[in-house]
Amino acid sequence: MKDKIIIDLKNISVKFDEEQVLKNLNLSIKDKEFVTLLGPSGCGKTTTLRIIAGFLEPDEGQVIFEGKLINGLPPHKRKVNTIFQRYALFPHLNVFDNVAFGMRVKKMSKAAIEDKVQEMLTLVNLKGFEKRHVESLSGGQQQRVAIARALANDPHVLLLDEPLGALDLKLRKDMQVELKSIQERLGITFLYVTHDQEEALSMSDKVVVMDNGIIQQIGSPIDIYNEPENAFVADFIGESNILDGIMRSDYKVEFSGQKFECLDAGFEKNEKVDVVVRPEDVVVVSKDEGMLKGTVTSVVFLGVHYEIIVDLKGFKWMIQSTQVQDVGDEIGLNIDPDSIHIMKKSEYSGRYGDYSCFSEEFYELSEPDEEEE
Amino acid sequence: MIKKTSPGYKAVVSPYLLWSILFVIAPMFFVAYYSFTGSDGAWTLENILALGKYTPTFVRSIWHGLLATLICLFLAFPLSYFISKTSANTQRTMVALVMLPMWMNFLIRTYSWMTILQDTGLINSMLAKVGLGPFQMLNTRGAVILGMTYNFLPYMILPLYSVMSKLDQSVIEAAQDLGGNRYQVLRRVIIPLSMPGIASGLTMVFVPSVSTFYISQKLGGGSFDLIGDVIERQFQQAYNYNLGAAISLVLMVLILISMAFLNKYSDSGGGVVV
Repeated sequence: MKDKIIIDLKNISVKFDEEQVLKNLNLSIKDKEFVTLLGPSGCGKTTTLRIIAGFLEPDEGQVIFEGKLINGLPPHKRKVNTIFQRYALFPHLNVFDNVAFGMRVKKMSKAAIEDKVQEMLTLVNLKGFEKRHVESLSGGQQQRVAIARALANDPHVLLLDEPLGALDLKLRKDMQVELKSIQERLGITFLYVTHDQEEALSMSDKVVVMDNGIIQQIGSPIDIYNEPENAFVADFIGESNILDGIMRSDYKVEFSGQKFECLDAGFEKNEKVDVVVRPEDVVVVSKDEGMLKGTVTSVVFLGVHYEIIVDLKGFKWMIQSTQVQDVGDEIGLNIDPDSIHIMKKSEYSGRYGDYSCFSEEFYELSEPDEEEE
Repeated sequence: MIKKTSPGYKAVVSPYLLWSILFVIAPMFFVAYYSFTGSDGAWTLENILALGKYTPTFVRSIWHGLLATLICLFLAFPLSYFISKTSANTQRTMVALVMLPMWMNFLIRTYSWMTILQDTGLINSMLAKVGLGPFQMLNTRGAVILGMTYNFLPYMILPLYSVMSKLDQSVIEAAQDLGGNRYQVLRRVIIPLSMPGIASGLTMVFVPSVSTFYISQKLGGGSFDLIGDVIERQFQQAYNYNLGAAISLVLMVLILISMAFLNKYSDSGGGVVV
């Protein structure tokens, strides 16, 4: 049955000591979906995963799995398996015994175990590694063993807790593609936790953006990117220029001292709003043709495009363009109506500012590399 | 890195080398030397050949040592696991409590057990109040094993705790996640991963238990001769250093064999942690 709900979290709240980690969280996950929980460290995404795996009991709320309430059910009785952040392979067992572990505790027959282990090792391209000691394997190979070990139990849902965090960039990209193809081939639900927005956008059917124990937005990667719900989502997913604006009427918004056509309606007249313009949607023209005029203050070459910071009456915009500009030049900027996205004001409004403290060094510092818990 | 042949390396290493020669190798050499010589200093196999009549004592010592060691293991394993799962502060306190008796003199601890166990001792006088007893507890086999267990238990707990506190919690969670119930997780993951600690705990309890003489004298009341008692008598009363050394040598060899055996079976975890 398509569109069957496999996991349903209802009004989940969790407190660690006095800190509220999850606040009244509601989330439904459909069967065979690739769902990603995305958010910064400490947003509650790993906690959510641990609740589904059974390692953590929520203080309040219901965990429903395949239509049954499973609060209090210990992890070994749940039909989910987890890929742990640092693999958590059994160091005293070889590759074969690691993959066979789940089947052995279920007392499956020797022949069945042998077949399944071979099938799983083929799936993750580790055929011939059966007798190898897990500690002699590279990070990527250990990761594959962890995947084979979890999938060997035919889980209905696979939980992945930042599984690629410890791998280098190139390997991470390869594994993303591979995980996605494994998910499609086996047709099981993946619930994936990451703080890497690119990873989330490229792999998922559905992205759940979290911050501060609250779901900020649920949607397809395209929705999340193009129609962010609030300033947090806009800022966390990709680069964005977030400006204060006023809705003058339906389809008319004013910001940076100019009125623009837009595609959004349904706001109050003169309602204060947040306006998002993605850096790649700004069109650079000569200063006389532009709806907006500004001065270039910094240009960084990034291979595919230049990242250009433009000072517009004190607010620094980021623009991505394939054409180089010179620092100090005055240029004009045009924005199409469909490049403007209007959001209601939220607690996140005004928190992110402009790109005035942006520099190459800062760019490197802000690359996410933190680990949760 | 310092080259092994550089003068600096030699200078740094020499004090330890000297120490080992003076206090480890030389005493062993003397033990071996005395074992194979008579009181006149001439080479002989007499001492070794005379050991046959001590076979029952050897067997008794090893048997009681083993019993005490196994009891220690069964007591220490759950306790160490429990300690390793508590908060960092509780762990420190509990480990300190485990070590606390070790700061008191070994003889005093054994004497205290005498006063607790004797016919007019603490336990029997309490039992008398409810009209029971007195039971003979001192000078029994049980008292000797109790003495060994009590005195050497910390040597089992500490290595077990030190291995268990480093167990990766996510590995245990992975075992649960893959369908293991409590018993399966214990048998298939926690015990195998604790093997280095188990092995060193077994060694550290078995060796002193098998060679003790004081516990068997005080709590066994002399009715109960262990090999340590025989060695002690040879040195202290009979002044037969040669026979004493021969018994020590054989005991040492037996202990080395049992340690090698243990090491072989705990190799997967990376050898004995002391």
